[in-house]
Amino acid sequence: MAEIKLRQVRHSYLRDHRKEEDWALKELNAVWQDGTAYALLGPSGCGKTTLLNIISGLITPTEGRVLFDDRDVTDTPTGERHIAQVFQFPVVYDTMTVYDNLAFPLRNRGMDSARVSARVGEISRMLDLDSMLSQKAYGLTADGKQKISLGRGLVREDVNIIMFDEPLTVIDPHLKWQLRSKLKELHQRVGVTMIYVTHDQTEALTFADQVVVIYEGTVVQVGTPVELFEKPQHTFVGHFIGSPGMNLLPCSAADGATVFSGIPVQTTNAHKFKTNGRRMELGIRPEFIRFDNSGFEVEIVKVDDLGRYQLVETRRAENTIKMILAEGTSIPAERPRIAFDPKHTWLYADGWAVS
Amino acid sequence: MNKTANSKAWLFVIPMVVLVAFNALIPLMTVVNYSVQETFGDNVFFWEGMKWFEQVLRSDRFHESFLRQFAFTGMILLIEIPLGILVALSMPRKGPWVSVCLVLMALPLLIPWNVVGAMWNIFALPDTGLLGRMINGLGIHYNFTQGPVAAWATTVVMDVWHWTSLVVLLAYAGLCSIPEAYYQAAKIDGASAWAVFRHIQLPKMKRVLTIAILLRFMDSFMIYTEPFVLTGGGPGNTTTFLSIDLVKIALGQFDLGPAAAMSLIYFLIVLLVCWIFYTLMMRGEAK
Repeated sequence: MAEIKLRQVRHSYLRDHRKEEDWALKELNAVWQDGTAYALLGPSGCGKTTLLNIISGLITPTEGRVLFDDRDVTDTPTGERHIAQVFQFPVVYDTMTVYDNLAFPLRNRGMDSARVSARVGEISRMLDLDSMLSQKAYGLTADGKQKISLGRGLVREDVNIIMFDEPLTVIDPHLKWQLRSKLKELHQRVGVTMIYVTHDQTEALTFADQVVVIYEGTVVQVGTPVELFEKPQHTFVGHFIGSPGMNLLPCSAADGATVFSGIPVQTTNAHKFKTNGRRMELGIRPEFIRFDNSGFEVEIVKVDDLGRYQLVETRRAENTIKMILAEGTSIPAERPRIAFDPKHTWLYADGWAVS
Repeated sequence: MNKTANSKAWLFVIPMVVLVAFNALIPLMTVVNYSVQETFGDNVFFWEGMKWFEQVLRSDRFHESFLRQFAFTGMILLIEIPLGILVALSMPRKGPWVSVCLVLMALPLLIPWNVVGAMWNIFALPDTGLLGRMINGLGIHYNFTQGPVAAWATTVVMDVWHWTSLVVLLAYAGLCSIPEAYYQAAKIDGASAWAVFRHIQLPKMKRVLTIAILLRFMDSFMIYTEPFVLTGGGPGNTTTFLSIDLVKIALGQFDLGPAAAMSLIYFLIVLLVCWIFYTLMMRGEAK
């Protein structure tokens, strides 16, 4: 177990990386606390896997240092870092039995067979693999194989961190849920640091204590699921998390007064603020908008009744504003007016929340 | 499922049957025909039954060329398969050198058999050939036209030069199909290079290696042109392999009966070995 620190790490796959967009992972300082479950969330190609491979040592970062408990491991080979990684496509050693697969990392490290058998027994019970230990790993289903991959990580007592690279991609939907709760349960039981890479917000939010959101090679926010929902620090976090995502509306700002479509709007984060030529946006989640006669006038485009709540799409000028209302809330038929909750209205400059 | 009876459908099979008949069945039946009869020409035949088969199977000459053949095939398989895997493992898997390596590897395969024989003959001649002179220059007495050991060594080296590439290309294709994640997982599991080879690369190459061994077995078991051009089966009979012997009997001595019986035995041996080999491999797969 260890605390993992990344110091000014950045990485480029190109030999020539003078331009900003040549970097697959932009400069990053991060601390991964011991025993915490993290999720790395972001769209495909945003640098999640690169970051994971830097921690595991499969990639050496172009710049910066990786520290495990203040010990510099940047140049330490993967095998000596005591990490485990589960890949998108299950990796099992075809010719071996399930038992041999689980024992493989221990035997490679020269553990005697009595201890190997004790460890494998314990882990296979934990993963419900104990009934198939003598089977060839080759014939197992995808979720069984993924469990073996995970087991090969858990079986080692000295493991610092277990990393998952979109591990549920090839698993059937009804098993995904099962395997995910298994992971969560294992984390609570074993207490080892876990990093889970995914582009699925549900997976990230249900699994993790801390979610790290990555966008175009930059970490845009680290926080608990609630923080990401209530205090998005970047417009990407706003619209990527939540369903539907945050409303983002163009606005202008001068000295604390934010103006959207001719209407002054109160925000939670802008008091004395200058635009300085940056692109200004107003962000408000659909959950924090309500009908209010003191608000401003909109036009209703459509109303979807989704059972537990209603999704209302409204329009002011050319801007679409979506709102979520509790089931049974009445929708004014004529001249509807809406208001934003000032505590949950955010002002963003070039994508970032202003402070 | 119910099958519909439609005898007209058989009409569509006729062209194929005719084709197979002309290129395989009829020539084979002619050989069967010769193998059980004696002829003195003029299309006059006398029934001999199993006499030729017995004669061939009892003859020392057949036993000797058969043993030579097995020794040769065994030897080249033992060299070419491991060597081919080794070369494939050391080839780059990406980058500009991949195509260079592949073209270099494919070159020997593109050269016709008789040219390979002639090339090595000239190359290895003890007084004028580059290789022959070099070896003699090192103080080793080498003359493949006179020494049996030299003749064998030259024939084996020539075959290795000509055909290892095939094994390399097949093994390389097998290696390239292994996803990167396997190597990464092996690193994380702390596997040594040998363990990676033993538990990842070798199992993933199993299929293509089966094909490589089968192809090399069949080809080398029927080898004719290259040793014929290189040594002509000599010195003496030391490099007379089965097919060279067969041609000597059939065309040299014009003993059509024994030659036909021998080619049938020859054919059955190839078939049998391939069948045994294939069944064993497939049984391994099923487990």
